[in-house]
Amino acid sequence: MTEKPRDPKPGRSMPEDQPKPPPVRPVAEDTASRLRELVAHLRQNRTQLREEWARRITEAELLTAMSKEEIFAEATSVYDNYVEVLESGSVEALEAYARNLSERIIPRGVETHEVVGIVLLLRDVLARSLFGKYQADFALLNRVLDAYEPAANRIANTVAVGFVQERERMIRQFQEAIRELSTPVLQVRERLLILPIIGLIDPQRARQLTEQLLRGIRANRAKVVVMDITGVAAIDAAVANGLVQMADASRLMGATVIVTGLSSEIAQTLVTIGVDLSKMNTVGDLQGGIEEAERLLGYKVIPQAPGEARI
Amino acid sequence: MQVPILKQGDYLIASIQAALTDADLVELRDELTERVGRFRSRGVIVDVTALDVMDSYAVRMLRAVAHMLKLRGAETVIVGIPPDVAFAMVQLGLTLEGVATALDLEEGLVYLDQKTKGGPRGIR
Repeated sequence: MTEKPRDPKPGRSMPEDQPKPPPVRPVAEDTASRLRELVAHLRQNRTQLREEWARRITEAELLTAMSKEEIFAEATSVYDNYVEVLESGSVEALEAYARNLSERIIPRGVETHEVVGIVLLLRDVLARSLFGKYQADFALLNRVLDAYEPAANRIANTVAVGFVQERERMIRQFQEAIRELSTPVLQVRERLLILPIIGLIDPQRARQLTEQLLRGIRANRAKVVVMDITGVAAIDAAVANGLVQMADASRLMGATVIVTGLSSEIAQTLVTIGVDLSKMNTVGDLQGGIEEAERLLGYKVIPQAPGEARI
Repeated sequence: MQVPILKQGDYLIASIQAALTDADLVELRDELTERVGRFRSRGVIVDVTALDVMDSYAVRMLRAVAHMLKLRGAETVIVGIPPDVAFAMVQLGLTLEGVATALDLEEGLVYLDQKTKGGPRGIR
């Protein structure tokens, strides 16, 4: 052990008869040495444990989207990363790898439970190998597990969280893309805009739609806007209110809004929940809406006589 | 700041240039109701293009002015509400019900022509 620290003040020396604390090896040092031992064991049995793991993955029917060779290749790099983390204690490299792996496997339809499943399987495979190695000395096995378990849990956690975060990031990206693509404001005739709305409307999107529509009205000097909601599956009071606001704001800018394509379900919902759309100008379908708009604008569509028609 | 009111044929055009105080609005109301009678105007255009905010008092006042002018025999149309002002107004529930609105001065003139002379070609 270390030498006894020198007393700073000579006059207040410690009484010699006080019992010395028992020599204990610091826990951290013990854990570190156990981990080193563990890492050496895992390196030594790399091939066998990897194969065992890949076999268990296939058996459990995880990662079915990937071929056997791919599973083995990924298993190898996860295994090496795993041992690396146990050795260095830093999860940064693993985090990066988990993100990279997620990026590659998410588009192939790999689910969260599969990723968590394979990491837990690896944990299981390694723990079993440790049981096998240290079964003669139960106390030592316990100490090895004390070192192994927290590190293994941290790794499992890192991989799972990395996967979920990556997935959420991708979902957000898709939502963003859909949001941008799904709200075109189109001019069909001089002073006539159509605004086809497809998908779900939430308050945020309603707001964005309104802003786009108002800008469109100003840019195209529109007098009539046909808003088609055939592609909207459901509507609630907040959304209906948003549509009314859209119509009101358009009117303030001198444009009339015609709403078309209210499905029978939506019509029933609106009447049942008591939303007042009486101020709204509604027409059955998009064609009727455009005809009504043309009438408001003073257009008249005259079909050519059969003889005049040129094809 | 005082609002300039221009006479254009049968119409009056009030062009609001900057944010108005409540007193300015009262003055605008008095001026318009008085001049509509003096010039025997058939229509009034209030242009708010330059405004970047419109509070509830201003909206109520414009609405009241429109109704007063109707009683004095003139149609009123409010023109040039900017997109973000329009959006903010409906969120506050200020929809200028019963008052005509148009995109800009030109549209406002067309509207008044239709309303007072039964067609865009009736001017002069």
